[in-house]
Amino acid sequence: MSFWPYYGLKRGISTTSWPDGEEDSVGITPGRPRATQSLHPEESAAQCPTQALRVVKQQETSEHGVAVDFSRCIHCQRCRTGSHALPWSRDFAWGASTASAQPVLGSRFSASLHVLYIDAGACGACVNEVRLVDAPPYNLHRLGIFVTATPRNADVLLVAGPITDAMRTAILKAYAAMPAPKRVMGMGTCAINGGIFGESFACAGGLEKIIPVDLWLPGCPPPPLAIIHGLLSLVGRVAPASLEEQP
Amino acid sequence: MSISIELQTVLHSNSALSWHEHSEQWLQIMCPAEQLPTLTRYLLEKEEAEFATLLVEELADQENLTVHYLFYLPATGKLIELKVAVKAGAELPAISDTVHAADWHEREAWDLYGLRFSGHPFLGDFVLHDDDWPEGIDPMRRQFDGSKRPDAHGTGAEWAPPRLLQEEGAIVFPIGPVWGDFNESGLWLLETPGEQIRYLHTRLFYKYRGVEKIAEGRTVDQGLLLAERFAGASAFAHGWAYCQALEQIGACQPPPRAEQLRMVFAELERIRHHAANIAEIAGSTALSVAKALAQGIVEDLLRLSARLCGHRYFFGVLTPGGLREDLNTDALEILHNNLPAIDQRMRALEQHLEESSSFLDRIEEMGTLDSQMAKTYGVVGPIARASGRNIDLRRNLPYGQYGFLAPDVPLEEEGDGYARLRVFFAESRISVKLILDLLAFLPDGPIHSPCPVREGHALAWVEAPSGATFHWLRCTADGLITRLRLGTPGFRNWHAFERAIEGAAFQDFPIILATWGLSVAENDR
Ligand code: SF4
Ligand code: SF4
Repeated sequence: MSFWPYYGLKRGISTTSWPDGEEDSVGITPGRPRATQSLHPEESAAQCPTQALRVVKQQETSEHGVAVDFSRCIHCQRCRTGSHALPWSRDFAWGASTASAQPVLGSRFSASLHVLYIDAGACGACVNEVRLVDAPPYNLHRLGIFVTATPRNADVLLVAGPITDAMRTAILKAYAAMPAPKRVMGMGTCAINGGIFGESFACAGGLEKIIPVDLWLPGCPPPPLAIIHGLLSLVGRVAPASLEEQP
Repeated sequence: MSISIELQTVLHSNSALSWHEHSEQWLQIMCPAEQLPTLTRYLLEKEEAEFATLLVEELADQENLTVHYLFYLPATGKLIELKVAVKAGAELPAISDTVHAADWHEREAWDLYGLRFSGHPFLGDFVLHDDDWPEGIDPMRRQFDGSKRPDAHGTGAEWAPPRLLQEEGAIVFPIGPVWGDFNESGLWLLETPGEQIRYLHTRLFYKYRGVEKIAEGRTVDQGLLLAERFAGASAFAHGWAYCQALEQIGACQPPPRAEQLRMVFAELERIRHHAANIAEIAGSTALSVAKALAQGIVEDLLRLSARLCGHRYFFGVLTPGGLREDLNTDALEILHNNLPAIDQRMRALEQHLEESSSFLDRIEEMGTLDSQMAKTYGVVGPIARASGRNIDLRRNLPYGQYGFLAPDVPLEEEGDGYARLRVFFAESRISVKLILDLLAFLPDGPIHSPCPVREGHALAWVEAPSGATFHWLRCTADGLITRLRLGTPGFRNWHAFERAIEGAAFQDFPIILATWGLSVAENDR
């Protein structure tokens, strides 16, 4: 006799109502730095080990500020506290269209989107976050998004990691085998430009070096809701964010 | 130095050996190559030494390569290093026939440094895949420019391991490199005559990011960012080992409060890591409610972590000399109040699983690594403890304040999937208790001591969630890394995995894999 259904029911519903409702549970996202006006922009920007923060000076107003390039941020948190801290958001709507993005997939896919995930050198953190999108707190299925293990059924190719050399062939083959229309999403700062690993003898340092990409999802790692935001914005169900923020 | 009389006798009676005490704990023996096998055998058989890791260094001012064979004595906590100088391209006697755990290390050194090990049966296609990587280029050598791909290419031919199974109708069934829903990349070739897996060929390093190479020339500060991110599910453990190496070099002692809070974070990471493994085990047997319950625990622990320190995976929490930020009273209270409930949920889940006989049927006597094999392969972490190997660096080689607060080490004998599950649960419980104890006696005071950057090298270690990790760091006076060696538990345990698969039924492969809970990212680096 199995009591599992009972144990499950006893736990109750833990699924977020986002995107229909608000979601601001603590810890659901690490948040990220916001661009800001600042009297000491140099000090703030100097804290960043990856040059994600840039000093911006407006000629006319002589107002100074710090711009944030999310594609370089590896969530080291050094700009989060201390005397030169930037304000941090607690959002997770981070998916951003690339310059070469194709149009959104549209309503035909809004209740049936199939995703193929490829790990191209992701560390355990991105892997763990992507595994959780399927878990009850996030429950991808309720949104009509399904994970598939074969490229022939896939509408979206989701790639994490800095694109290791040994995974190039697998990515190229999967991409070629996907039926049109297809979209590609690069997840995590690593997929955008190699992140902390960069470009090297072992890594291409960015998914765009090998296939066209429609959506970037910055973050190190992007939390589960950010992954869902990215997938929904490929369909056009939510608005994409921007990869940079100006003060 | 307190080494055994026998070892002293060996050292004094052998005029070819010279030695040096690098520190009170660390004995370095300069060993001519031809003495290596005898000395290794002596250490293993007479001193019951454990193999820590092997690493090659090519120092700028030296003509030869240096190979460091690092061992430790679990009974006394001493480190013993055999240091061998060898000309580039020359041959060393293999030690892997004595220390089987060194097998993959030797293959790696061949691939990345072009060092040959005489008597080693399988050198070739390992870290660098021959279809992709040009022959004869050794990327860890100094002259190799790690910033870009070499112009030459590999053979392009698809990799085919030697087929061991010759009977008629036998097939090789490939799994990977892209497989399942959200799996890490790797290739597993199962040789089977039909139902039963006779042999498994594991081919990893699809995720090789060359972390040890790209670390060279970067600042020690950048090195910490790499150490945290190459295996992000154990970010804190690896970050901590790295920080300890820097602290040894800088002769810095982090304040007690920082040391204890580090233990708190490390144990939290262990619980979350084990809960994620349990979720995968439940999922592999299609027990979806159990998987969901375990994932709920994982998610709540991630949220708790983010509340404590801003990051779900503890990135950016550590700094050499201590912690970047203190935990205030509120945060400590949140932790103190939430942990018992999480512990309760883990216990309930364990009990429900124990009562599910159909579930137990699928993991009992499954993927067994018996205690002899576990010893031979020198497996580490929960895998070792599930196979009767009573070993844990927190107790055998204490760091931080584990010397004063040594956790219990749960031990199982069977070495099967069920034993591993029990160890995951037991360790989580012990970690909860340890955290609550630490919180009860948390000293006040600073959380950071200055950690000066100096020239030097160090070996540091942590019992990561998946087992012993050893980080070797060498840096210049300007704080540039000249060598970073990551001797990870993943690299150690994947080596033994093949042994646990042989004889299993075909459809049990994913279940066995889940009960091992191995990280590919941690292996591949
Ligand atoms: S959190 Fe991001 S933006 Fe801030 S310092 Fe770190 S990498 Fe730079
Ligand atoms: S983006 Fe960050 S979390 Fe994701 S794989 Fe890269 S290092 Fe890991």
